[in-house]
Amino acid sequence: MISQLLQNIFKHIDAFLMGCLLFTMLIGLFVLYSASGQSFERISAQLVNISVALSLMWLVANIQPQHLERIAPALYLFGILLLIAVEIFGHISHGAQRWLNLGIIKIQPSEIMRIAVPMMLAWFFAKRETSPRFTDFAIAALLLLIPVALIMKQPDLGTALLICASGIFVIFLAGLSWKFIVGGMVLAGALMPIFWSMLHGYQRKRIEILLDPAQDPLGAGYHTIQATIALGSGGTTGKGWLNGTQAQLDFLPERTTDFIFAVFGEEFGLAGNLILLTLFSLIIMRGLVIAAQAKSTFTRLLAASITLTFFTYAFVNMGMVSGILPVVGVPLPLISYGGTSMVTLLLGFGILMSIQTHKKLVASG
Amino acid sequence: MKSRNELKNYQNEQHNFKLRLGVLGLVVLTAFSLLAIRFYFLQIYRYDYYQTLAENNRISIVPITPNRGLISDRNGVILAHNFFVYTLEITPSKVKNLAATIADIAQLVEVSPSDLKRFNKLKSESHNFESVPLRTHLNEIEAAKFAVNRYRFPGIELKSRLFRHYPLGKQGAHLVGYIGRINDKDLTKLAANDVLSNYKGTDHIGKSGIEEHYEAQLHGTTGFQQVEIDADGKAVRILSSKAPTSGSNLILSTDSKLQEIAETAFGERRGALVAIKPSTGEVLAFVSMPTFDSNLFVGGIDVENWKLLNESLDKPLINRPLRGVYPPGSTFKPFAALAGLENGKRKPPFSISDAGYFMLPRSSHRYRDWKPGGHGNVDMRRAITISCDTFFYGLAMELGIERLSSFVRHFGFGKKSGVDIAGEVGGLMPTPEWKMRRFKQPWYMGETVIVGIGQGYTLATPMQLAQATAILANKGVAMRPRLVAAITDAKTGISQATQTVISDKISLDETNLEIVKLGMIDVTLPGGTAASVGANAGYSVAAKTGTAQVIGMKQNEKYNANLIAERHRDHALFIAYAPAEDPKIALAVIVENGGHGGSAAGPIARKVMDYYLLGKLPEVELPKANVLVKPNENLAPVDPPVNAPVVEHYD
Repeated sequence: MISQLLQNIFKHIDAFLMGCLLFTMLIGLFVLYSASGQSFERISAQLVNISVALSLMWLVANIQPQHLERIAPALYLFGILLLIAVEIFGHISHGAQRWLNLGIIKIQPSEIMRIAVPMMLAWFFAKRETSPRFTDFAIAALLLLIPVALIMKQPDLGTALLICASGIFVIFLAGLSWKFIVGGMVLAGALMPIFWSMLHGYQRKRIEILLDPAQDPLGAGYHTIQATIALGSGGTTGKGWLNGTQAQLDFLPERTTDFIFAVFGEEFGLAGNLILLTLFSLIIMRGLVIAAQAKSTFTRLLAASITLTFFTYAFVNMGMVSGILPVVGVPLPLISYGGTSMVTLLLGFGILMSIQTHKKLVASG
Repeated sequence: MKSRNELKNYQNEQHNFKLRLGVLGLVVLTAFSLLAIRFYFLQIYRYDYYQTLAENNRISIVPITPNRGLISDRNGVILAHNFFVYTLEITPSKVKNLAATIADIAQLVEVSPSDLKRFNKLKSESHNFESVPLRTHLNEIEAAKFAVNRYRFPGIELKSRLFRHYPLGKQGAHLVGYIGRINDKDLTKLAANDVLSNYKGTDHIGKSGIEEHYEAQLHGTTGFQQVEIDADGKAVRILSSKAPTSGSNLILSTDSKLQEIAETAFGERRGALVAIKPSTGEVLAFVSMPTFDSNLFVGGIDVENWKLLNESLDKPLINRPLRGVYPPGSTFKPFAALAGLENGKRKPPFSISDAGYFMLPRSSHRYRDWKPGGHGNVDMRRAITISCDTFFYGLAMELGIERLSSFVRHFGFGKKSGVDIAGEVGGLMPTPEWKMRRFKQPWYMGETVIVGIGQGYTLATPMQLAQATAILANKGVAMRPRLVAAITDAKTGISQATQTVISDKISLDETNLEIVKLGMIDVTLPGGTAASVGANAGYSVAAKTGTAQVIGMKQNEKYNANLIAERHRDHALFIAYAPAEDPKIALAVIVENGGHGGSAAGPIARKVMDYYLLGKLPEVELPKANVLVKPNENLAPVDPPVNAPVVEHYD
């Protein structure tokens, strides 16, 4: 009886994916405890974030993918409207307009778009009855560029780039001809100067400083220098939990959020880093398998995009902390402190699970 | 057939999808391998290096402050430079008993009460963890004494700092400005401009004048040293360093000798003088009197001196050329004259028969001329020469306020000149719309009448008057005035001249310009209101005198009856350009409470023009004969407009 009930509850949970996620989040809690200066408050706040996110994940996992497909355009439109609202009424937070205050709750429309954009594009390609033509790809590109431009204007370069990536994955997997891909790369190279001129001064500086962190060790280069020292001094097995000198001595900036990986790398060394890389790889592999096995165009494209966006997050964050990518405000997925990104991430995994576990229903129905 | 086709497509699509997914899988693998390699590089290959940095020592980044750029005049005379001095600085958060420690230090090094006061003032303005100077300019012996006893004073440091120095002291203080310690407001501004990291290690910033306006150019780029520090925070080894880049040097367009002559000519009087080269807009002299010693502000001004300057009735801290607003009075007449001529309202040989007053139609009110009984027959040229009020009353009425106002705006009235120094105010050239906006009242005809003689709401700064004169001398072409003539890059040593900018242009009829010019030349000839200025000059001067009534009195000026009497006297104004045929210099002079423009302000202008044009001061005592003395030219009783406000300050 009870076992049946449990079976019903977990019917739509993918055990392998769930295991990997929980293990990674557990590691995250340990790192956060160290990075926050052993603050129980931070841990309990993060536990609340995780609980809320897991509940929502469960909820989404139980929704049939067809329903998700149906609401995709509405969700997308809703997100765009919110982005415009932020542009107009948005209240300034951290110097950038990202939040929309609805009285009771503050929402960050760009986070909605992280789910809505791949859903919308997958819906769009699923709707094409023939194999997509050039005009279809052009429309898809437009659907992608509108939210990306709005988010870049906030300015939130990190999120804009990641949403852009999530859309590009869909377009690529929908079968954009290799001709265009090569052409697009050439064009992107040519458009680089325009993109460069659109960036804010501090964003430009960060990219310049990546090429030469020593250029501004007092300002933006400081992050990179301190993070590489923390990582490098971790060695093979690390200094041990709670023993990272760089992290504990306030040398590291933003060490519970974007730079938490430096704390991890210092305390657990190369061994820890490789374990984390393996965990991320397993999650990504599972996601790709789910995508490969998915039965409809919509689910296929969506599953792949969600998985690959997760990969992009992890790669950009770790690349930034280890000094091979510019400092863009991207958290380390499942590890960094923060509610909003945790919710969006697990919602994504909820969709993956829904796609995987409703497959039979789709096939039979 | 159709369904088979679709099925085929579907399979194709799935095959394609998996292929592409595989490609992306490879991308993931490559990216993560790249990360793994990077981790290996940092954590194994370079482990020793980072280990050393992190464990035994800590890395500290020490900023190296750049040398602030020098400021010199057009001839290379240094107006601002830097030198090293020893300072004794305390970090309050590191000292347990501040009073006792300071008392101990006073045993070694002299600490005067004013040093102490300044220290307390600065301490209250800065954060606890910032070091605050207790003594500056220690001599070698004092420095050595402290160095020997240093171990006794944790939290107190002997520093060698670059100090700003203004060799000419009081001369041109409002022009050059001064630097002062960075406060919270400055920090906010620096953060907004995204240059905060460039100010690590810098504790002074330009606060006024050129020092403020050209802060970005003068400051330079901060260098740094990456040093290892031991447990006590002492530097052990320099890991890497980058030299700072000095700020750019500024070459001003002013001539400090000319500036000195002008300031000396003012003597004890209050006022302002601005001289401009009309063809380029270069400012040649920029005088605000009385002045103050900029050096007082560099180390943080002490309380006594601050009080003295800030509470002085003479208001030495006010930048008069830029922020002092005065009714232009009769100096406005040449511009009103040109407005009348250009609008076709006063075509020669127009003349009036002046009975000594002017009346509006259907009104019995008499707007009187400064000369009781009038000047008789007066044409345009003569009206300028003798400053005939009646003539301009009528001109203004016929022209109307809108036309008059919009015409003189081309001469810079009512708008900022755009000179390259912060804090300029725009004066005021009234229009009916402005009055409605400001006072919610309609415009009265009587107000137009008095605008014709530069009274009423009309207000101008000395900078604006000089610029208006320069535009007149340059035949309607406005060159944006500038104080910095060239900027020298400290690294390359290459000087780049600043741009000459035409900021406005109005096409004017040569014959009209000629009439105004002749009228203005006559001003400095026998019979004119400033005949003494032109006497034995050796070059011709086109000029106009003016007198402005003192309008409002400040409340704090009422306690000294004698002083009020003196300060109630009119302001003397004088504008001129010379040589009249080929103008090389245009200027405006204001002597506060100086009385008449010709006699009070004119001689100052003459000395400046003589030096600039002939390289000498006037040799002979100027003759007093044959001078038409015209006292209180604008004291002609003009009924104030209904509900006339006390005009104080418009920005």
